Amino acid sequence: MAADDEAQGLFVVDGRLRRRRIVNRVMEALATLAALVAVALLVIVVVSVVKNGWDALSVSFFTETPTFSALGESGGGIANSIVGSLILVTLATLFALPVGVLTAIYVSELAPRSVANVIRLALDVTNGLPTIVVGIFVFSAIVISRGQSALAGSFALAIIALPLIARSTQEVLRLVPPSLREAGLALGAPRWRTILGVVLPTSMGGILTGTTLAIARIAGETAPLLFTTSLAAMTVMWDPRDPVQSMPLTIFQYIEQPDPSYHAKAWATGAVLLAFVLVLSLCSKFFLARSRRRLSG
Amino acid sequence: MPSELRPGRRLGSRVGDVTLFAVTGACGLAAVALVVAIAYKVVDGSTLAFSTFGLQFLVEQVWDPVKGEFGALSFIYGTAVTSLIALLIATPLSIGIALYLTELAPRFLRDTIGALVEMLAAIPSVILGLWGILVLGPFMKDHLEPFLQSFLGWLPAFSDTPNAQGILPAAVVLTIMTVPIVASVSRELFQSVPPELKDGALALGATRWEMVRGVTLHYTRPGLAAAVILGLGRALGEAIAVTQVIGGQVGIPRSLFGLGDTMASRIAAQYQGAVSNVQVSSLFYLAAILLAFSLVVNVIAQLIVRRFEFQHTGGS
Amino acid sequence: MPTDTMTTVMPIEIAQRSERTRLPTKLEPVFEISALSVSYGSTPAIREVTFDIGRNMVTAIIGPSGCGKSTFIRVLNRMNDLVPSARVSGKVLYHGEDLYRPRVDPVQVRRRIGMVFQKPNPFPKSIFDNVAWGLRVLGMKDDLKGRVERALEQAALWDDVKDRLKKSALGLSGGQQQRLCIARALAVEPDVLLMDEPASALDPIATSRIEDLMHELKQNYTIVVVTHNMQQAARVADMTAFFGIEVLPDKSRTGVLVEYDETQKIFTQPSDERTEGYVTGRFG
Repeated sequence: MAADDEAQGLFVVDGRLRRRRIVNRVMEALATLAALVAVALLVIVVVSVVKNGWDALSVSFFTETPTFSALGESGGGIANSIVGSLILVTLATLFALPVGVLTAIYVSELAPRSVANVIRLALDVTNGLPTIVVGIFVFSAIVISRGQSALAGSFALAIIALPLIARSTQEVLRLVPPSLREAGLALGAPRWRTILGVVLPTSMGGILTGTTLAIARIAGETAPLLFTTSLAAMTVMWDPRDPVQSMPLTIFQYIEQPDPSYHAKAWATGAVLLAFVLVLSLCSKFFLARSRRRLSG
Repeated sequence: MPSELRPGRRLGSRVGDVTLFAVTGACGLAAVALVVAIAYKVVDGSTLAFSTFGLQFLVEQVWDPVKGEFGALSFIYGTAVTSLIALLIATPLSIGIALYLTELAPRFLRDTIGALVEMLAAIPSVILGLWGILVLGPFMKDHLEPFLQSFLGWLPAFSDTPNAQGILPAAVVLTIMTVPIVASVSRELFQSVPPELKDGALALGATRWEMVRGVTLHYTRPGLAAAVILGLGRALGEAIAVTQVIGGQVGIPRSLFGLGDTMASRIAAQYQGAVSNVQVSSLFYLAAILLAFSLVVNVIAQLIVRRFEFQHTGGS
Repeated sequence: MPTDTMTTVMPIEIAQRSERTRLPTKLEPVFEISALSVSYGSTPAIREVTFDIGRNMVTAIIGPSGCGKSTFIRVLNRMNDLVPSARVSGKVLYHGEDLYRPRVDPVQVRRRIGMVFQKPNPFPKSIFDNVAWGLRVLGMKDDLKGRVERALEQAALWDDVKDRLKKSALGLSGGQQQRLCIARALAVEPDVLLMDEPASALDPIATSRIEDLMHELKQNYTIVVVTHNMQQAARVADMTAFFGIEVLPDKSRTGVLVEYDETQKIFTQPSDERTEGYVTGRFG
C-alpha cells in the first residue's frame, strides 16, 4: 500500500480518481444492498408464514369445517375454504381461458390493425383495474339482483384472469415462425385449420404458462370476492349458485377476530395458500423454459 | 375436377374461416364491451351519491353512515400519501435491484435472484396484510417509528405516538407490492441498452457507475418513467393489504404515524353491508374516482411507452 | 535475413527479442508486447504474440477473420477485462509500464488509450454533449467549449456541426457519427487511438475521409488500426502486423503473429509465405 507504488509512472492515482472510485464502490454496494433487501423481504415473509402457521396445520385442518366454541375460540379446519377456492378458480379459468385464447387469436391473426389496437388497449386497461373495482362491478351487475354466488365470484376472478391469459397467448402466438403458417397454407389447408391445427398446438406451452400464472394470481385475490361471495355458510358448499368461502377471505376475516386461535388459523391458511401460489409460480417458470426450448430448438 | 377444388370443399373451408373469425371476433368484442360495462356500471351506481353531494364529495372529510354524510377527501389524501411514499422508496430500490441484476450479479446468481424478486410479486396481498398486522405493525410501533421520531420528530410528519397501524405501515406494505413490478420492467429496460453504447462510455475511461448514469439510465429514462407509473397504478388500487394495516379512520392525520384510510381500502372495509342506499352509492362514487385515477395512470404509462419506442426506432 | 522461427515459442526476455519484432527505426516504442496470449475460458484466441508498436505512426493489424485482431487490440486498452471468461498472459508494456500490473486501474488506462469502434456508437445526446461527456466525467471541465471545439476540429467535423451543436448526434450521417466518436475519444487527450475496423460500416467517401484523418492524427497520436481491408492498410499504415490462424494439436484454432514489418515490405516482399498468400489474395 506504499504511496510511491501508486504514484510511480503514468498511472498516478490522484484525488479525483480516488473519489470517482469511491463513488463507484458506494453505488455498487447500494445496488447489491437493494437486491439483498428484496430477497430478505421475501424470506422474512415466507418464514413468518410458515413458522406461525405450522402448529395449526394438521390433517383435520384440511378435512374439517370451522366450528365456533362458546368461548369465542376457533376450532376445526378450513375444508370449506379449500373447496370454495378450488371451485372459484376452476370456474374462473373455465370462463377466462377460452375467451382469452380466442381473443388473442383474433388480435394476433385475424383482426385489422386498428381493431386489434383497440382490443389490446381494452385488455391493458382491464389489466390495470383495481380488483376492488372489479368486485364492485360484478356486485352491481349480478349480485344486486341475484344475490351472492360462487358464479359471481368466479366471474370477477375471470375478469382479472382474462387479460393475463390473452396477453401471454398473444406473445406466444407472435413467436410462432411465419414459415409454419405458410407451410400449413401451402398444403392447401384453409386459414382456420392452419390456426387451430398448426399454430395453436405449437403455442400450447406458452398458453399453459400464462394460464398457470393467471391461476396463481387469482387464487390469492380477496377484493373481488368481498362483494360477490363473502356471506358463505361454514359448511362445504358445492353448488355454484350459492356463495362459497375461500382461503383468502378466511384469512381476511379471521385476522379481524380478537381471539389468537383465529390468528393461528389465519397463518396456517396463509401457509396453505402461499404454498399453492408459489408452487404454481414455479411450475409456470418450468413450463416457460420448456416451451422456449421447444420453439427455438 | 381434383377433390381440393370441388365447390363443397371450398365452401367448407369458407364456413370454417368465417366461423373462426366470428367466434374470436365476438370474444374480442366482449373484451371491449367489458371495459365499457365496468365504467358504465360504476358510474351508474354512483349517480345517487353524485346527485346528493355533487363535486362537494371530493372535498369533504366526513364519512358518517348515521347522518348520511359522506365525502372522499380523507381517502383521496390517504391514497395519495401512501402511494407517494411507497413510490419514493420503491423506485430507487427497484432501480438498484435491476442494476444489480444486469451489471453486478454473477451469471449463475442472476436468474435465481431475479426469480426470487418476481416471487415477491406472487405473494397474495391478503398474506402481506396478515404479515403487516401481526409482524410489521408491532415492529414499526416498537422499533422503527420511535427510531424515526428520535431524529425526525421535530417534523409534524413524524410527531404523535407511534402506532402499529396507520399510514406508514400501509406505505411500507405498498412498497413491497410495488417493487417487483418496477424492478422487473427496469431490468428488461436495462438489458435492452445496446452494448456498444456502454462500451463507448467505458472506453473513454468512465467507471461503471459513470457509465450507468450517463448511458444506461439516460437511455432508459422514458421507460423508467412508465415503469414507475405502472407501479403507481398498482399502489393506488390495492385494497386488501392496505385495509388490514391502515386502521380505517376517517380524517386527515397530521403525522405519518397516524391512522387513516384510502379509497380502495374504505370500499373494502364496508363489504359487510352498508346502512343506506346513499352509503352504497357513495362507495360507488369512491370506486368511480378510483377508476378514473387508474385509467389516467394507465393511459399515461401507455403514452410514454409508445413515445419511447418511437424515439429509439425513428431518430429524433 | 531472419530465419523462419515462427514455429518455435518466442522467449519472454526482452533482450532476446528477434529483430523482426523490433521497430526498424530508432523510435521509442509505445507498446512492447511480449508473449501475449489470450483465451476465453478454454477457447484460445491469440497465442504468444510479440512485437513493438511505434510512436506517432499508424500501425495496421491485418489478417483473415478469426485470427484474433479484435481480441489483440482490446488487450491494449484492457477492454477484455469486461469479458468475464477472458484470460490474459504475457506482458504488455506501455511506455515501459506494465498495463496489467494489479495496481493499475483500467479506468486510467482507457483514458490514455482511446478506442473507436466498428459501428459508430454516439450517445443519444446532442453533438456537444457527446464530446463533453467524457470531459465532464473526468473533471476536465475548464474551458469546456474550447476543448469540445478543438476535439471536433481534430476530427475534421467542426465545420460540419458548429452551427448545430445542440442537435442530436443521431441525426448525423454514418461517416459524421464516426468522426464524432473520434472527436469524443480525442477530447479526453489520449496518447494512443485504437481503431477497430473504423470504416467498415461506412461508404467509400466517408472511408477516405477517415483515412485522411488517420494521416493527420498520427502527428500527435499513436494510431493502431485493425482492418480487414488490405488496400486500406496499404494506404494508411506505416507498419503492418499480419496475424494468421494456427491449428493446434488438439484441433483448436488460435491467432498468431506471422509477420510484422514496414507496410511496403509486407505487401511487396513478404518474408513468410503465409503473409504472401494472404496479401496476394490466395487465401483468407
